[in-house]
Amino acid sequence: MIHPGHDYPQAIAKALDDASLQKILATYLPQRCERTRQGVEALGDPEAFRDLAKQIKDYSIAHLDEMLEELAEQFEARGGVVHWARDAAEARQVITDIARQHGCRRCIKTKSMVTEEIELNPALEAAGVVALETDLGEFIVQLAEDRPSHIVTPMIHITRQKVGRLFQEKLGADYTESPEALTQIARRYLRDKFQQADLGITGANFAVAQTGTLCLITNEGNGRMVTALPRVHIALMGMEKVIPRTVDLAVMLKLFTRSAMGSPITVYTNLITGPRQPGQLDGPEHLHLVLLDNGRSRLLSGPYADTLDCLRCGACLNVCPVYRKIGGHAYGSVYTGPIGVAVTPVLMPEDPATQVMPDLCTLCGACLEACPVKIDIPRNLIGLRQESVAKKKVPWVYRLLMPTWAWFYRRPGRYRFSQRWGRRLLCLLARKGWVRWLPGLGAKWTASRDLPLPASKTFSDLWDESDGTLT
Amino acid sequence: MKVSLFATCLTDTFLPRVGVAMVRLLRHLGCEVDFPRGQTCCGQPQFNSGFHGEALDLAAGLIEALAASDVVVSPSASCVAMICEYYEQLFSEEAEMLAKARALAGKTHEVSDFLTGILQADFSTLPLRAAGKVTYHFACHGRGLGLEAETTVDLIQKIDGIEYVPLANQEQCCGFGGTFAVKMAPISDGLVADKVACIVATGADTVVVNDGGCWINIAGYCHRQGIAVRFVHIVELLAEALGLMEPAAEGRA
Repeated sequence: MIHPGHDYPQAIAKALDDASLQKILATYLPQRCERTRQGVEALGDPEAFRDLAKQIKDYSIAHLDEMLEELAEQFEARGGVVHWARDAAEARQVITDIARQHGCRRCIKTKSMVTEEIELNPALEAAGVVALETDLGEFIVQLAEDRPSHIVTPMIHITRQKVGRLFQEKLGADYTESPEALTQIARRYLRDKFQQADLGITGANFAVAQTGTLCLITNEGNGRMVTALPRVHIALMGMEKVIPRTVDLAVMLKLFTRSAMGSPITVYTNLITGPRQPGQLDGPEHLHLVLLDNGRSRLLSGPYADTLDCLRCGACLNVCPVYRKIGGHAYGSVYTGPIGVAVTPVLMPEDPATQVMPDLCTLCGACLEACPVKIDIPRNLIGLRQESVAKKKVPWVYRLLMPTWAWFYRRPGRYRFSQRWGRRLLCLLARKGWVRWLPGLGAKWTASRDLPLPASKTFSDLWDESDGTLT
Repeated sequence: MKVSLFATCLTDTFLPRVGVAMVRLLRHLGCEVDFPRGQTCCGQPQFNSGFHGEALDLAAGLIEALAASDVVVSPSASCVAMICEYYEQLFSEEAEMLAKARALAGKTHEVSDFLTGILQADFSTLPLRAAGKVTYHFACHGRGLGLEAETTVDLIQKIDGIEYVPLANQEQCCGFGGTFAVKMAPISDGLVADKVACIVATGADTVVVNDGGCWINIAGYCHRQGIAVRFVHIVELLAEALGLMEPAAEGRA
């Protein structure tokens, strides 16, 4: 889940210096946010939809064990097979075992964050299965031997010029920058692969407990190809994605697609209930569902359970000022952006990278405002920061500064003392009311900003001197 | 109406003129304003960085200082958000303090919200006059309180003689985020640079910023870059427009 050896300062500096990335983020994300804002507004009563969606998800999470049992029962009643994977290693084992069992060698995949989470592709390769990504963005990322940088649009960081060169180099195509032409090149290449594949691996956007139905949405139709053509289909799904009834799916889908890209519906919506039934023209002979825990039960039993409501729509990424500045790779995790820094530290608490993640946030609240299911990410990140302090994993300078600051501010007398003496100290460094250089931590501020001197008379001074008249 | 001022530590220390403007404005609109002297800080910097014990201490002090007030008004949405959204969490294990915290949250308001929502002052009937080209940066914590950019924009547009220019990416965070500005300085620098680029693009000579944290960040960056723009809180702009104070070169006494 976490990029091994990820160096935050280096990755952040690289992202900030990458002019192409900065241009992409500054251009596309505000546009996308405007489209999603309009799309959600068009629902008429977006708040009512959000509240309802949150209710549906909260209910599902609160009754997760019952719902998963019902899902498994319904899924198997229609001829599917359900597997339960405690962690990433178990999930990889289960999936490669199924592939081996059915003699599969050529796998096609739809975009699935959870398959990235468990690092599935290298395991498939080791088991002798060639896995090809068929989502255009993931296909490009795979060809480029890169990583996805956004939950919904994984190749947002790659320009079409780069894609043109990539297709030229890796597919022998003539160079073009036209998105339509590039898409046609990919389409022709993938067409054969769809037909030759013997295994399809997908995630699932939702699973309906009532009917044992998997819901998979795409704009490209690759979901249809991957789940209908190969003789074996394996769906890997985070266990929190189950919802109660088909009617709940209607609410979730309406909100999901509008929050993700501003569209009322995706081009293709697949509802998969069971493998190919007698008399049906297409569909796999074998349908498997792998339900993944991998730390989700830890989330479920803790104070951040609301993050399990996440639909993986990417709305929080699109509005986040930090994501807009550093893009997806700098976060160092499969799950990037606000939701990424909220869940990764709980799913992978031992990894040192998770200490930094909650700090990749200004607590501006844009994510909470955009989230279709109202996950309070800022509140959760403050909670994670508190855990770091309690475990003494915060640098000593803050462990000294914060309590000292609080001690001075606790009583009016000490507070005023610190104001006066703080100002006197800063005066030594100031010119014409501004400080251009500070030592220690302060140097990080003064690297690009001046610090104004505190006022020569505080508001309290002015009040006292005028007996509260302030004339 | 009797109101108590919660000045906030940033306003008290760096922006006393905002406090003065606010008091003069409220009194002009018929309020009786007092300033409970036991107040210091709401504890937000400590809370946001995870030092909840220290935050609790400061919060207890503030609750006590404002206990006797009927209505509390503050110029800073982030401090009001601290009281109204997070004090509940800080005192969740202490029934007595929790009741007091809830009482404070119930009576505390951010000033633009107070003026338009509670006092319901009709600014269109007041003689508001000023000059200049003005834009507005929406400070993040307004979101949590349900504040809207339109509230302040409406007030700006009621001033005769002002040319209002909308700011691109008006609601995007300026990059301050408290300790974020120091912990993640390169990202913060990038964000404040973007914000200032948007400000410069408006051609405005005055920027309305209703938050001391945003101000210290954006104004500090502008000063370093030699960008001569005036920053004011909406209460300062209104007080000036009503002739309750002289326009000053910078938003400080």
